[in-house]
Amino acid sequence: MRRIVEHPVLGALPESEMVRIIVDGEELWARKGEMIAAALMASGKQYFRKTIKVHEPRGIYCGIGRCTDCVMTVNGIPNVRTCITAVEEGMVIQTQMGYGAWNTQEGQ
Amino acid sequence: MMLEREIVVVGAGPAGLSAALEAARTGARVLLVDENSKPGGQLFKQIHKFFGSKDHQAGVRGIDIGTQLLKDAEDLDIEVWLDAEVCGIFNQSDVWIVRNREHTVNVRAKRIILATGAVENAVNFPGWTLPGVMGAGAAQTMINLHRVLPGERFLMIGSGNVGVIVSYQLLQAGGDVKAVVEAAPRLGGYGVHTAKVRRAGVPFYTSHTVLEARGTDHVESATIVQLDESWKPIAGTEKDLDVDTICIAAGLTPLVELAFAAGCAPVYSPLLGGMVPLHDRSMRTSIPSIYIAGDISGVEEASTAMEEGRMAGLCAAHSLGYVDEDTYTYGFAAAEGRMLALRSGMFGQKRRDAKAAIIAYNEG
Repeated sequence: MRRIVEHPVLGALPESEMVRIIVDGEELWARKGEMIAAALMASGKQYFRKTIKVHEPRGIYCGIGRCTDCVMTVNGIPNVRTCITAVEEGMVIQTQMGYGAWNTQEGQ
Repeated sequence: MMLEREIVVVGAGPAGLSAALEAARTGARVLLVDENSKPGGQLFKQIHKFFGSKDHQAGVRGIDIGTQLLKDAEDLDIEVWLDAEVCGIFNQSDVWIVRNREHTVNVRAKRIILATGAVENAVNFPGWTLPGVMGAGAAQTMINLHRVLPGERFLMIGSGNVGVIVSYQLLQAGGDVKAVVEAAPRLGGYGVHTAKVRRAGVPFYTSHTVLEARGTDHVESATIVQLDESWKPIAGTEKDLDVDTICIAAGLTPLVELAFAAGCAPVYSPLLGGMVPLHDRSMRTSIPSIYIAGDISGVEEASTAMEEGRMAGLCAAHSLGYVDEDTYTYGFAAAEGRMLALRSGMFGQKRRDAKAAIIAYNEG
């Protein structure tokens, strides 16, 4: 898992403004506007959530927002599809356990 | 609040964009909606050159076709809503849209064109839920759109066009494709794509399938096995592969939920991906105000999706009185001609027959 810096058809990876995200409490730099899943996979994250009963790991499957296998808790909102949700400065992303839990100002 | 538009197109991929353009060129007022934050559907991950003839932009990469379609949509001033999810269609005309995951807008449309696309099929085997097992299209999205290689050592399941094209693109992205396995006794993709992967030294295994994927938090290895004539694994032929990613290219299923929830009659077409909305030559469904185009009407390629989109756009606009008869007759015949050309040859003929069967069924 890594960024593709040089590509024979697409050329060099364009420079990008970076944003800071917090993944399970750790700071990570992501390319502005990229999908959460892309940023996490580029950083080598192995799994995005664990299932509720037997705690099996899950990651991306369809990559286009259909299968919901890649959901995580983002800014306190569970079940966010990380493959189609863009990173934002200061975004707090958590590996989701089971169905996750709401943890927002409004939800509390 | 109920807004009104003449034609609402759902899905801004190759089919939807083409439909919106064709309809807008006649003067119809079009609203194009897509749930994603960027238009283009799956076109922008298709960095290979397309097939067909000059009429079908053969030799042009999908990504460049997408760029041109978006420019045309901008030039024509087509209204585009992104981050707009269509959740339902009521009374054959009212499109329920959630915008920006925040608020609902209802749009009353005289005509609706559904170009929702398709989703990749899964293959189930022990370990298939492990992270690192993904659709081949998902891997293609990761490498070509997001510029992230999802692993280092890949196993490709399926040797059809998606399987071989994505295998080649994984190599271009710097990945190592350890094997392409194909359950059928013969390879399924176009020779030109298959040959490029073979020339790169990737082993192909026909009459093989994946038996198991292993790993703790992610795929760490896989076992493939040979199949006998009745597609049963042959004991003793297992082969372990050192891979961290398994891509599944086992076909696609049309995304038909919106059409069927709206009440469009279904028809079964195994060759084109399963249940699809019944439609006629003009791409109109059993509900006269609803048209379809692209993979929702049967899984084919982006080239055919664009032609179907043009047909649906033309016919929807004509049904609203926007096109004079001569232009319509000429445009209809030209669109049919281009579609027939794409559905010819050894690969196309089956799809042509399958499409003809749907249309014949529709005509009774």
